[in-house]
Amino acid sequence: MIAYLLRRTAFLVVSLLLAAVVLFLLLRLLPGDPANSLLSVGATPDQIAAARHQIGTDRPLPEQFVSWVGRLATLDLGESFVSTLPVGPEIAARLVVTVPLTLLSFVLAVVVAVPVGFVAAHKANTWYGSVLSGVSQLGIAVPVFWVGMLLITVFSISLRVMPAGGFPPDDWADPAKALTSLTLPVVTIALVMSASLIRYVRSATLDVLGSDHLRTSRALGSSFARAMWRHGLRNAVVPVISILGIELASTFLGAVVVESVFALPGLGGMLVKGLAQHDYPVIQGILFVSTLVVLVIGFAADLVQRLIDPRLRHSLARDVR
Amino acid sequence: MNRKTTSLFGAAAALALALTACGGTDETASGGATPAGAYDKDATIQIGSLYEPQNLDNTAGGGQGVTEAFNGNVYEGLFRLTDDGEVDDLLAKDYKVSPDGLTYTFTLRDGVTFHSGKPLTSADVKYSIEKVVAPDSQSARKSSFSGIKKIETPDDHTVAVTLASKSISFVYNLSYVWIVNDQAKSLTTAEDGTGPYKLGTWKRGSTLSLDRFAGYWGTAPTNKQVVFHYFTDATALNNALLTDAVDVVTSEQSPDALAQFEGDPKYKVNNGHSTTKLLLAFNDRKAPFDKPLVRKAITSAIDDKKLLNSIWGDYGTLIGSMVPPTDPWYEDLTKVNPYDPALAKQELTEAGYPNGFEFTLDTPNYDPHPTAATFIKSELAKVGITVKINIITADQWYTKVYKNRDFAATMQEHVNDRDVVWYGDPDFYWGYDNPQVTQWVKQAEESDTAEEQTALLKKVNEQIAADAASDWLYLYPQIVVASSSLSGYPLNGLNSQFYAYGIKKSA
Repeated sequence: MIAYLLRRTAFLVVSLLLAAVVLFLLLRLLPGDPANSLLSVGATPDQIAAARHQIGTDRPLPEQFVSWVGRLATLDLGESFVSTLPVGPEIAARLVVTVPLTLLSFVLAVVVAVPVGFVAAHKANTWYGSVLSGVSQLGIAVPVFWVGMLLITVFSISLRVMPAGGFPPDDWADPAKALTSLTLPVVTIALVMSASLIRYVRSATLDVLGSDHLRTSRALGSSFARAMWRHGLRNAVVPVISILGIELASTFLGAVVVESVFALPGLGGMLVKGLAQHDYPVIQGILFVSTLVVLVIGFAADLVQRLIDPRLRHSLARDVR
Repeated sequence: MNRKTTSLFGAAAALALALTACGGTDETASGGATPAGAYDKDATIQIGSLYEPQNLDNTAGGGQGVTEAFNGNVYEGLFRLTDDGEVDDLLAKDYKVSPDGLTYTFTLRDGVTFHSGKPLTSADVKYSIEKVVAPDSQSARKSSFSGIKKIETPDDHTVAVTLASKSISFVYNLSYVWIVNDQAKSLTTAEDGTGPYKLGTWKRGSTLSLDRFAGYWGTAPTNKQVVFHYFTDATALNNALLTDAVDVVTSEQSPDALAQFEGDPKYKVNNGHSTTKLLLAFNDRKAPFDKPLVRKAITSAIDDKKLLNSIWGDYGTLIGSMVPPTDPWYEDLTKVNPYDPALAKQELTEAGYPNGFEFTLDTPNYDPHPTAATFIKSELAKVGITVKINIITADQWYTKVYKNRDFAATMQEHVNDRDVVWYGDPDFYWGYDNPQVTQWVKQAEESDTAEEQTALLKKVNEQIAADAASDWLYLYPQIVVASSSLSGYPLNGLNSQFYAYGIKKSA
């Protein structure tokens, strides 16, 4: 297990390095000049050259790359071209919104999807089983911003029970206030996310329900609940965990849209603005941190799967050897 | 039907207000419907805006957002540009100009202190002007001050600035120079100004709050605190106003959203004057647009009124040149090249294009440009001109059109006031080159009196309209939507300023 952890960590570091190279190069391939966003109509060629020099885009690419990676090694993400302010602290400040938003949505989605998915599978032949899977199909087809706008229209504008957007300036100083601001965004993401989760839970449960070992366990006299608990759940949950890992990562990345609809000061707004202004340090910083988060989530999902399923431990250990 | 009536009424009411505003000599900003009755002196005003500052320093790329939040509120200049477009004394008590017109001597107001407690001296003024013209300055006004030869400070209350050549706009330009404490540090995230508010907290991506400054030298603000709430999405901003999360929206940019506020007594939709002009700019260097007759024909072929109406409904103003009504040299020139397709065809024939021609229109990809381009295409098709619409990003516009002048015609919004002078610069991107106009612009800047300057710029104005140097499609409306419990907010928001110190919230 220790050897596995070490190997997995090494893999993570190498992936991050690769990501840094790819991020840096891809951004430079985009057409456009970041100096443009520093200037207004009326700028002279001298001013344009000065702006390029100031942000360092007049230096050779390898030099720019080495300087970025060098600072990255000391956990310094550099300064924004446009605002001249350091990128790292701003990302940290924005994660205060994006991370709770992602985690809360995730937890809510799981809490909804697991029982609903189970019932949809267990009662697949009843009318409400069909309705549940039908509704989840529909949920997948609905765009997340539309759900957000719908919830705002109903709960904020008509009923006036929830704020339409925004986040307290003092962050979590008043947790109740912060939670209130996150309620509708969390419900929005959780609704859309649980729709697809329900399908995975349902199909994983169906597999298990039709499996030989469950039938054998029942034949040996176990109650359905006991058979399900001892043999069904642990088998069903393994594929669901890897899906959960992917869903969590994509929720983190997909929060951009929801943050914009609800005017939340999260990572999304920062990224969109950075992209519009060709603000390389900002874009690089956010994408790098996001890559890190996604890799760590994948790592964690792998670990959990191995803890639950001894077979995986052995099969992967063989691969390693 | 109902909507039509209410919006007409709304426009009439706003016009009346604008007239009152012009006649008023009130020190505070004008605006709002509620008569100044009982108001809450310790109110917090929640302001919604789409323009978040990049940082807090307008010489380090703070942008439009920091101008909106800080001009006149946190920082003050020697002079102030009022919401009606006039220049008033602010930190300068008065000033004298030497007989040769080259040296300006300013006397500073007494008893002014910075938020940090340090008294204002002439050294701060010198420092602040130098900060704007410094090599690394990103101030949008930097080039306006290139003629400064030296700045002297004979005593703590006197500043003498010597110019290389006469500049009648110098005092006006100074209204954009924030007077900053010369000892202040880290101005991109903090401030030290002399204004009626000091910075509370700035949470990036979200809010910026300003608190009433107890040691202010002038009239205290009529509210205790203002909080700017920043949005990236116009719908989210309007939702905030609908749910009372904000009291006022500094500049409404989504015409479709106005319907939900018009006719609702809880809100007031104010129709002010902006300085943002939508241009169909020709490349005047290249055929066929090097011929004034061709440009005039195109101007006459496009029904600007219909275009404005389709985008902004009853809001906005038609203009016949680059000059908006708030500039001192405004004249109504909409009749110079009237909408008249028959005239357009005749002019095209005279210019040698009886069967029209084809050109590419470089169109920025954000509203309202693509919509307007499609309209222009269909209008010009009627006189035999084929338009190919080429959609580009803001960044591409800057490189292709502005820097490389690689275009036939383009669309762009020009936001500043008093920017007709660009037509005097033959090197500007549109390449309008009329030596007479260049000379008039130069002479206007070197005028002895404002009257002389105004007379000359009116001539410029008339000439560029006669030559159809560009096609000025329309002037954007400046729409401030506010809760009806609010009064005293600025209506015109000239150059993105938004003075908050006169805003009253009824108790």
